[in-house]
Amino acid sequence: MRLYAIVAAGGFRRHTTYRIATAAGVFTNTVFGAIMAYTYMALWSVRPGLGGYDQSQALTYVWLGQALIMTVAMMGGGFEDELVERIRTGDIAIDLYRPADLQLWWLAGDVGRAAFHLLGRGVVPLAFGALAFDLALPADPRTWLAFLLAVFLGVLVSFSIRYLVALSAFWLLDGAGMAQMAWLGGVFFSGMLLPLNVFPGALGEVARALPWSSLLQIPADVLLGRHTGWGLVGAYGFQLGWAALLLGTGRLLQAAATRRVVVQGG
Amino acid sequence: MTDVIQLDGVEKVFEVRRKNGRRLRRERKQVRAVDGITFSVPRGEMVGYIGPNGAGKSTTIKMLTGILTPSGGQVRVAGLDPSRERTRLARRIGVVFGQRTTLWWDLPLYDSYRLAHRMYRIPDDRFRANLDRCVELLDLGELLDVPVRQLSLGQRMRGDIAAALLHDPEVLYLDEPTIGLDVVSKAKVRTFLRDLNKERGTTVLLTTHDLTDIEQLCERVMVIDHGRLVYDGALAGLHEVGGSERTLVVDLERELAPIELADARVVKVEGPRQWLAFPASASAAPLVAKIAERYPLVDLSVREPDIESVIARMYADRGLH
Amino acid sequence: MAETVAEVTVRHRDAPVGRLRGAAEGVRAYRLIAGMWIRSTLAYRASFLMTALGNFLATGLDFVAILLMFSHIDALGGYTLPEVAFLYGASGAAFGLADLVMGSMDRLGRRVRDGTLDTLLVRPVPVLAQVAADRFALRRLGRITQGLLVLGYALLTLDVHWTPLRALMIPLMLLSGGAIFAAVFVAGGAFQFVAQDASEVQNSFTYGGNQMLQYPPTVFAKDMVRGVTFVVPLAFVNWLPAMYVLDRPYPLDLPQWVAFTPPLVAAGCCALAGAAWRAGLRAYRSTGS
Repeated sequence: MRLYAIVAAGGFRRHTTYRIATAAGVFTNTVFGAIMAYTYMALWSVRPGLGGYDQSQALTYVWLGQALIMTVAMMGGGFEDELVERIRTGDIAIDLYRPADLQLWWLAGDVGRAAFHLLGRGVVPLAFGALAFDLALPADPRTWLAFLLAVFLGVLVSFSIRYLVALSAFWLLDGAGMAQMAWLGGVFFSGMLLPLNVFPGALGEVARALPWSSLLQIPADVLLGRHTGWGLVGAYGFQLGWAALLLGTGRLLQAAATRRVVVQGG
Repeated sequence: MTDVIQLDGVEKVFEVRRKNGRRLRRERKQVRAVDGITFSVPRGEMVGYIGPNGAGKSTTIKMLTGILTPSGGQVRVAGLDPSRERTRLARRIGVVFGQRTTLWWDLPLYDSYRLAHRMYRIPDDRFRANLDRCVELLDLGELLDVPVRQLSLGQRMRGDIAAALLHDPEVLYLDEPTIGLDVVSKAKVRTFLRDLNKERGTTVLLTTHDLTDIEQLCERVMVIDHGRLVYDGALAGLHEVGGSERTLVVDLERELAPIELADARVVKVEGPRQWLAFPASASAAPLVAKIAERYPLVDLSVREPDIESVIARMYADRGLH
Repeated sequence: MAETVAEVTVRHRDAPVGRLRGAAEGVRAYRLIAGMWIRSTLAYRASFLMTALGNFLATGLDFVAILLMFSHIDALGGYTLPEVAFLYGASGAAFGLADLVMGSMDRLGRRVRDGTLDTLLVRPVPVLAQVAADRFALRRLGRITQGLLVLGYALLTLDVHWTPLRALMIPLMLLSGGAIFAAVFVAGGAFQFVAQDASEVQNSFTYGGNQMLQYPPTVFAKDMVRGVTFVVPLAFVNWLPAMYVLDRPYPLDLPQWVAFTPPLVAAGCCALAGAAWRAGLRAYRSTGS
């Protein structure tokens, strides 16, 4: 367990060194947040209460989206490129002989990264949004804690999806296509462009049932106080369920990949 | 004009910003990477340009190729001012960066040459002739259809050298051309460069960490340290100036007292293994014969002096520092 | 020596001619390098098809979001769906054009950091062309295609009285708009000579600008509209010419003839971006990173 704590701390520290990149990213998130905030204001002024949000809740959703975009890696990014590269070059064989579990190893690093991005890329855009717009942020610290737990589970689900995508590089010569498909899912079905509550009819039903809704929609609704009591437990259960299913699939795939590497002689 | 490379009091000063303690104030510091270098290289010469890491070697090469603008002094290469006439100069020089390939990773080797053909506007007959020659001498025939990513380091380096020569450059800069190569590849590269220099009269300037490169290729060697030229002359002279020594590593049958010989001294003993230093100018053979005669010899090897130690000794002898 | 001095003077007098020749050389080098990248991509054909399709779908997503919005409303900021689609298609196609040609400029910082920029500086062709053509990706045609499809949909559904001048606005938007976005890409690249890790800042102006231009200007705060009109003149990509086509007032008080100025603005932007690029390259060559 200590090993994984060290790996996670390493994942955190590694990103602290990119200071200018972080500042540039915060700037970009803030610009996108402002653009989206105005389009949402236009939308909600015509249809107040759309998706069950009032205007300030909709704006809060926009800024949460910008604050979490890196943390839960909605557009990918993080460890996948490195893992794919190791698979392509064959260095993965070394990792498989390490006395640590491959999946947990990368998960720990990704959790560290997410923690950094929550602080480094999340706080400033959200604070800017709160200053420049009228947001519906809760005063109760327990709501914030509940939100943080939902974000953590979102990171788990996000990791498990990206891990599957990266492992596909064992079978596909070039994982770019796979990564792009996952990217599409992350951008559209996380609700980053438009809250999933606003998706009409069956599309909305499907979108809310997909794993990507764990990344933004659920954490945002937790912060906006829309999941409380047993509803909150249900939301966590939904996230945990997807995380367990996808992590489990990842383990199966990993086992198959390991056999493959061993057969090929590394 | 016989001097194809001329440097006169060339300087390159970098401004380095570094953090000052815990405070966020940054201190600006000037670093003189190249500090007044003057030399010239006649057409057709093959010169080694050596020095420890960070001595200013690659900064000099970057000024000679026009990548960097000098802060002071005069540079002329092939009659051009590299920094102001960079693209014109590019047609007349060839550059090989040892650890950075310019070949196209996913494409067959030949495709990289075809690009050079068109990018440098090489006349068809020249291109054909140069390519055929490189293919023959660098043994590239089998590799032309192989994607570059599948080549070994040595094969890639040979491919890179060929790519730098297709446009008949007057000057060839080689930055660590043998780094990381196996013995066979090293030998191929060296033979090729020697022939190129002899037959084409191409001027070659090479930086290296491997003194054997210099020994086998260059009659003249320049040593740079802390941005200054500290030696310019024959390699043999460098050994003399530096009083440099080679090391004979001897494995005996068992632990014995330090070997006693007139023309070598033991510098280290570790169990049955002993290290003996002897002058680089002397031959190892008589020494080995003497040891084998008197001691139970199991195995031995000769280590060449590395550049760092040659330079260190040079300083020690001259009382510099 | 004497001959060299003469040479320098001659070149000075012919500076504009020299620059034109440099541009022609640059275009030629760009074509050569882009061709190599196309061949490289085709080495992984299946992956290429998948990424091209993905690119097409990915760029379509934000239009799907707009469609979803319009499933709840009839007008956004006072603009109907065909009108918003017109803005979207024009900006998307113009941006796609710039992205196809200049989309790799954000890799410059990385090349400075890992030192591979030096290998470009020892070739006899302009560095800008080499950096721009780096990793040239035909899959980016997906974005242009998607923009043009939405534009086509808008043209079919718009209720506009077409005149020759209004029709002229469409190619004008795509070409000038593409040039304005391309200038932003180049300026962003030049900025990375100074701040190698700041490639994401340029995304704010390229991707962010494109996203903003896809919505009507009436949606945004006046200060934001002023910013993209007078500071980073993205409004000239599609907003101003489109106002003329759609016969709508611009949120800022600007005369109608402004709708015809995008080519001039584009030329100005390109000149400024070129100057920024040369300054950046000069800085790099004097500091070495």
